[in-house]
Amino acid sequence: MTTGVVNSRRISQRTALTFLGLATAITVVPVLFIIIYTIINGGAAISWDFLTQFPSQAGRAGGILPAIIGTFYLMLGTLVFALPLGVMAGIYLTEYARDNWLTRLINLAIVNLAGVPSIVFGLFGLSVFVLAFNFGLSLLAASLTLACQALAMVITSSREAILAVPREYREGSLAIGVTKWQTVRYIVLPQALPGIITGAVLAISRAAGETAPILVVGAAFLLPKLPQSPFDQFMALSYHLYTVSAHVPNMPKETVWGVALVLLVVVLSFDMLAAAIRIKTRRRKQS
Amino acid sequence: MSKSSRKWLVPLMLAIALAFSGCNSNLPSADSSTFSGSIKIVGSNTVTPLSSVWAENFMKANPKVSIAVSGPGSGVGIASLIDGITDICQSSRLITTKEIEQAKAKGVNPYEVQVASDALSVIVNLSNPVSELTIEQLSAIYTGKITNWKELGGIDAPIVAMARDTNSGTHVFFKEHVVQMYGLPTADKTLEYGNKVLFLPSTEEGVSQVANNPNAIFYAGLGYVTDKVKTIAVKRTAGDPAVRPSVDSALDGTYSISRPLVYYTNGAPTGVIKAYIDYCLSEEGQKVVLEAGFVPLTKRR
Amino acid sequence: MAMLQRQITAAVKVSETRLRQRLRLGERVIEGWIFLAGLLAIVVLLGIIFILFKEGLPIFAYTSPWEFLFGTEWCPVSDPPTFGIAPFFVSTLMITLIATVIAVPVGVACAAYLSEVAPKRVAEAIKPIVEILAGIPSVMMGFIGLALLSPLVQSAFKLNTGLCGLTAAIMLALMSLPIIVSVSEDALHAVPREFKEASYALGATKWETIWHVCIPSALSGIAAAILLGVGRAIGETMTVLMVAGGALAVPVSPTDPMTTMTAAIASGIGNAVRGGLQYQALFAVGLILFALTLTVNISAERVLERQKRKFTR
Repeated sequence: MTTGVVNSRRISQRTALTFLGLATAITVVPVLFIIIYTIINGGAAISWDFLTQFPSQAGRAGGILPAIIGTFYLMLGTLVFALPLGVMAGIYLTEYARDNWLTRLINLAIVNLAGVPSIVFGLFGLSVFVLAFNFGLSLLAASLTLACQALAMVITSSREAILAVPREYREGSLAIGVTKWQTVRYIVLPQALPGIITGAVLAISRAAGETAPILVVGAAFLLPKLPQSPFDQFMALSYHLYTVSAHVPNMPKETVWGVALVLLVVVLSFDMLAAAIRIKTRRRKQS
Repeated sequence: MSKSSRKWLVPLMLAIALAFSGCNSNLPSADSSTFSGSIKIVGSNTVTPLSSVWAENFMKANPKVSIAVSGPGSGVGIASLIDGITDICQSSRLITTKEIEQAKAKGVNPYEVQVASDALSVIVNLSNPVSELTIEQLSAIYTGKITNWKELGGIDAPIVAMARDTNSGTHVFFKEHVVQMYGLPTADKTLEYGNKVLFLPSTEEGVSQVANNPNAIFYAGLGYVTDKVKTIAVKRTAGDPAVRPSVDSALDGTYSISRPLVYYTNGAPTGVIKAYIDYCLSEEGQKVVLEAGFVPLTKRR
Repeated sequence: MAMLQRQITAAVKVSETRLRQRLRLGERVIEGWIFLAGLLAIVVLLGIIFILFKEGLPIFAYTSPWEFLFGTEWCPVSDPPTFGIAPFFVSTLMITLIATVIAVPVGVACAAYLSEVAPKRVAEAIKPIVEILAGIPSVMMGFIGLALLSPLVQSAFKLNTGLCGLTAAIMLALMSLPIIVSVSEDALHAVPREFKEASYALGATKWETIWHVCIPSALSGIAAAILLGVGRAIGETMTVLMVAGGALAVPVSPTDPMTTMTAAIASGIGNAVRGGLQYQALFAVGLILFALTLTVNISAERVLERQKRKFTR
């Protein structure tokens, strides 16, 4: 009789684990498919000129260098604004905040921020950063706008990562007389680092691909030179992709997919970098 | 954060320094030219490809000038002009009275210059036997009164009517001039697009949908028409001749669905802005209009 | 463990070699900054709410809230314009529901696989691939939806066109997956080893451990992941704009072409006269959207509270 029970549990275990593996396949296969499809369709457009020239003939000829640089600037700007503030907010919420109405309000605010449509962030950025703060149509305004959008993600994942550090670590540290901030800085944060990086990567990746928020705060389709200061307008791969795919007649198909491919490569390399960092910090954690 | 995060900071900084210092735009070496300054152009996505080529050509001839061109819509462009954050607004619709009031209240004087025209072509799939339609029939298709191609002499299949969304100037233009049949005896200002009509965010998407869907119908500017779709010859009324959309038929007025593309500036343009707009209106500039798939202001002499 | 000991020793040294007073002051300042940062999320959110109200509320002087919410005619550029958002509301609900139903089981299952079942190297290789999915721009997902998915949906369901709610929902599910997977995986990973070892010690199989021990104890993290994913789905604009069809009728089935609230905003905002009726109406849609997200999140939180209490008892 026991064998019967064990067998049925083993069978249900096998089906369950197969389902889990299947779910992973469903998640992974589309990504690989999309990457391969993009390479096949866009590979023909990639050339040294494409990557280093400025666009010409409304994007039908020439290259996309300023868009590549612009996207990098945006990612950097978003990182600079969203990461420190987001992590600090995460620290506040887990380590310092008392469980009162204010904290619950903050938590609610964060989760809701994640659901605001990207176009609304764009309008927010326009009213606040472009007009009220008077930054004008600029890289700065766009970075701040994207950072606001990224904030929710960074705070949430930082908070989850910090919460996951076992209480004993903190208690042990405080017990030997280390102050709270030092506990956070030298014990908790390093342990939480992989999770924090996950959140940052997801948020920055999304920033690189977002079109709607940067539409109204400074993204341009044609610029004669690279932005010389944060107050200049900029080009971006996402906006360029949107415009060449939707609004320019007689656009060769490979050019559109070429831009998509470059954007994908940019995002990919950023992801790989962060994954490498995370793997190394996780390995250090285990030791 | 710890050392591991600093490891990639340095190469990142290097990359940025390189980017700032190294790459230049591919402008030719300076001639003696009298114009310098910078121009911002914001507004319609339809006019963006046209403005981009104009800007590029103008900058080549006047290397000390820099022009930035962006979308994302006529409304945003006009609002940017009113807010004072752009020099030129490119628009595929005319400014409304309310916007003029807002502008005046902020001390801005919108000055209109028509720079080109856009002939809206009605397109269907290559396999669709229907090739002529009256404006009244088009109106019936887009209000949902006629739902099957067989009512128009085609095959027995449902009509998949596609249009541009309200972001595009074509939405309102098509509504007034085709759906509501402006200027015709059957004109009816109460008619609306039917609620089964698909509103698409981009003209390219509409054209490719029509190319792949035998039952689809869409309207697009002349420049977007490819050989994968078929244009419909439009008859003003059942008694008029059917006219295919083309630059010529738009210029001589026989093709009835054609709309103006305009530039708005704050007050009459001066200095480098005037020079730029003069270039756009010149014969060279209008040649660009033709190449971009739009309709120039006058026939080529 | 050695790493930890080193960290603790280092921390102790630091505290011994600094003057106590200076340390306490510096600590106060840092804590002050951290508190401000914590308020930042509120400030940004309040700013957005403020803008939505300021620009959107005036529309209710023109259209009553009842007509706005339940009206089925959306004619923003007509004369006179009418603003009824029932079609958009139903659309958003339909598409988000389907996307969630697809993405949550697949996402949590994938996270469980990566965290508990897959060998470490495989998991570490797969995680970045999943994250790439998060970075694929919405415009590209739109292309893929247009080029590959919509013809498939069209022929599978014998539709007039593949631009419909179902296509959008599937693309949205794909876009929410990476968030759900990544954050859930981190949550599952953080489940203390002792819990799992205790479960195995009692004779449970791997699957039983995952289902009865790991997932419940990681529940708040998983819930956070799901909420973030749903938030993404509700707020996604570009992809839905391209593949959901954009029809104005109230959708009856997922295979109808439809317009969500986000698509409605995006397809009008480029051209709306700033401050005009259409502009106000679009912001009001944003406001309703926000209220929807708020309701979903508050109720999810309530359910979670109850769940947590049940588990910790």
